Amino acid sequence: MTISTALSPGRVPDAPVAYRDDVVRWFMIAAVFWAVVGMLVGVIIAAQLTYPALNLGLPWTSFGRLRPVHTSGVIFAFGGSMLIGTSFYIVQRTCKARLFGGFAPEFVFWGYQAFIVMAALSYVLGGSQSKEYAEPEWYLDIWLAVVWVTYLVVFVGTIMKRKEPHIYVSLWYFLAFIITIAVLHIVNNLAIPVSFFGSKSYSLFSGVQDAMTQWWYGHNAVGFFLTAGFLGMMYYFVPKQAERPIWSYRLSIVSFWSLIFVYIWAGPHHLHYTALPDWVQTLGMTFSIILWMPSWASMVNGVMTVSGRWDRLRTDPILRFMIVAVAFYGMSTFEGPLMSIRAVNGLSHYTDWTVGHVHSGALGWNAFISFGALYYLFPKLWGRKAIYSQSAIRLHFWLGTIGIVLYITSMWASGIMQGLMWRAYDSLGFLQYSFVETVAAMHPYYAIRTVGGLCFLSGVLIMAWNLWKTATAGEPVEAQPATPALQPAE
Amino acid sequence: MAENRKYEVDPVTGSPIHPYTWDGIGELETPPPRWWVLTYAVCVLFAIAWWVAYPAWPYIAGYTKGVLGYSTRADVAEQLAAAKAAQAPMNDKLAKLDYAAIAADPELMTFATAGGKALFGENCAQCHGSGAAGNVGYPNLLDDDWLWGGDYATLEATIMHGVRSTVDADTRQSQMPAFGKDGILTREQVDDVAAYVLSLAGTAPADAAAAEKGKAVFADNCVACHGDAGQGLRDFGAPKLTDSIWLYSGDPKAVAAQIWNPRHGVMPAWAGRLDPLAIKKLVIYVHGLGGGE
Repeated sequence: MTISTALSPGRVPDAPVAYRDDVVRWFMIAAVFWAVVGMLVGVIIAAQLTYPALNLGLPWTSFGRLRPVHTSGVIFAFGGSMLIGTSFYIVQRTCKARLFGGFAPEFVFWGYQAFIVMAALSYVLGGSQSKEYAEPEWYLDIWLAVVWVTYLVVFVGTIMKRKEPHIYVSLWYFLAFIITIAVLHIVNNLAIPVSFFGSKSYSLFSGVQDAMTQWWYGHNAVGFFLTAGFLGMMYYFVPKQAERPIWSYRLSIVSFWSLIFVYIWAGPHHLHYTALPDWVQTLGMTFSIILWMPSWASMVNGVMTVSGRWDRLRTDPILRFMIVAVAFYGMSTFEGPLMSIRAVNGLSHYTDWTVGHVHSGALGWNAFISFGALYYLFPKLWGRKAIYSQSAIRLHFWLGTIGIVLYITSMWASGIMQGLMWRAYDSLGFLQYSFVETVAAMHPYYAIRTVGGLCFLSGVLIMAWNLWKTATAGEPVEAQPATPALQPAE
Repeated sequence: MAENRKYEVDPVTGSPIHPYTWDGIGELETPPPRWWVLTYAVCVLFAIAWWVAYPAWPYIAGYTKGVLGYSTRADVAEQLAAAKAAQAPMNDKLAKLDYAAIAADPELMTFATAGGKALFGENCAQCHGSGAAGNVGYPNLLDDDWLWGGDYATLEATIMHGVRSTVDADTRQSQMPAFGKDGILTREQVDDVAAYVLSLAGTAPADAAAAEKGKAVFADNCVACHGDAGQGLRDFGAPKLTDSIWLYSGDPKAVAAQIWNPRHGVMPAWAGRLDPLAIKKLVIYVHGLGGGE
């Protein structure tokens, strides 16, 4: 459809659309629940690293089994529920269309939650295919593939019956996220089960091909789940909360196409100085560096969208959450290309620096933009005027920020120290430190990290209380028609 | 730009406003900032330069090698060769000389001790501790209380063949009988002899009468290995009992438990895992920790 059609006068106003917000509400409740569970397990395993006795000597409570419960819990359970829920909310509103597919959205909700619960139980019971961020065994992978394809059908179906001539930028990002995750998930999990009724399987790939497939998956899980998907969220909620138009349409186009073209190459930077051929390492590193500006384009766009509303950062803690999230996004997408440079990676790889880098993105960007979206959505989804307590949002913001700062600074210090200790030689050419000495040196930093995690978790608990009060005891919006009158596209 | 003339202009940014909105969200036509475009271009140019310099793009029968001719494997081999060459003069000298000659050469001793310390950290610290102070069940190597002896030759034999190793025929063997478990002594006799053993180490026994009774039990059962006065016997690896240094614990209950059903620690045989030069460095390092004889 052309601009002139969209602008044509005398266009018949669309019939009011009854949006399906029930599934969105369920996803938001699930997201808050999984945020608490996932981050609580995170604090527990951080404490286990500080005080190994907390492993309790039991297989089910050992670090090795709880760590995937934490990573899957925060990324796939909390992050995934946020992404699917907000994408259902945004696709309906920016397409002016009710969610496609009858019972399918309910199936996506229950199917996805069932996947999370089964995955977590299998980890605790010792089931894992030992691929980071892809631990679930074959039977769970097949189940997730079915749920995910249904999600794609619901999303694309809704876009196809849209009443807007153009597809909003958020939806491009969500679409890239859904399609790419499907491809990554299916290819990386290609495996042959040992027996028909057994849970154990072995990867179709072996050796360095297996490692490369895993990190092609692993890095693009960061790129398309934690970046593209969450940018979809950012491109809707930041302009909504700031009540300003997107700063640059062109920047969002350039950012989108560069990001999806370049990100897919960056995986090999996880395998520098390994058996991976040199030429693959070079491509992984150079495309990671090219990725810097495409990533920053959306940061610039997000921050500049607040132009003319800067004063609101002082008064509106929800907007502050979102803009600080975009700032952390910018910081981690600078740090990432830096760490992909082989010489830097030689120091940072296998150390806590990587852990700190991941958390500056996960806590600062993914969690903070999610908190902003939750605070934006709860009053709207439950028909309340505003969030129950504004001062509790402020407290959450500061607890979260202090938590992140403690977390990432302690991991920088410990990671760089670890890397330097590993490579330290004395004047006679012998290793200066034994491995166990480098482990012992980490202890104070692990303690600081645990405190940072506790701060962050306390903030999330305050948010959960605040959202609960908003839904149950917030001041209701005055009586209005069940479906808001919609404006046609201008 | 002419095409923008029909657009309204946003008063805050001065950018043209796009004609569509979605759910109330509009878009501005702000061009990407110049610094952004330039940095993007510099990153791409950097990548291209890197591709020219280093191995980068695959083709059917191989890949572009890059003008620098770099290869990680060659780089590692070169670094290892350089590190080996730097240590070669000292290593050669160390391999040729015996312990007495090495001990007379302070420079060589410094080198061997530094090498031994690094080897100890990677291979021995797991049991004996980073500082070699031992742990419950794992001997302290800082003192002069040796189970098998603390001179160069004995230390070398212990490290090479281990203690109670299951894979080395020359390993050190010692087996204290399970006096209680196997019914050689009664519970009371075990407690008595434990009290006596503690008194040998200078600990005033809680029950002086028991210690007195234990003396006879000790004479009948323990002296063959631990000696008349509990001075120990290195040929059997039988610990000295008079020095208040305990492999497990000096707690009366723990001493009694060790007599009732002794635990027997295992040390791996390192010959074959470490080369003779590495073992030589370890011997010199452990010898120099304080208890060398």
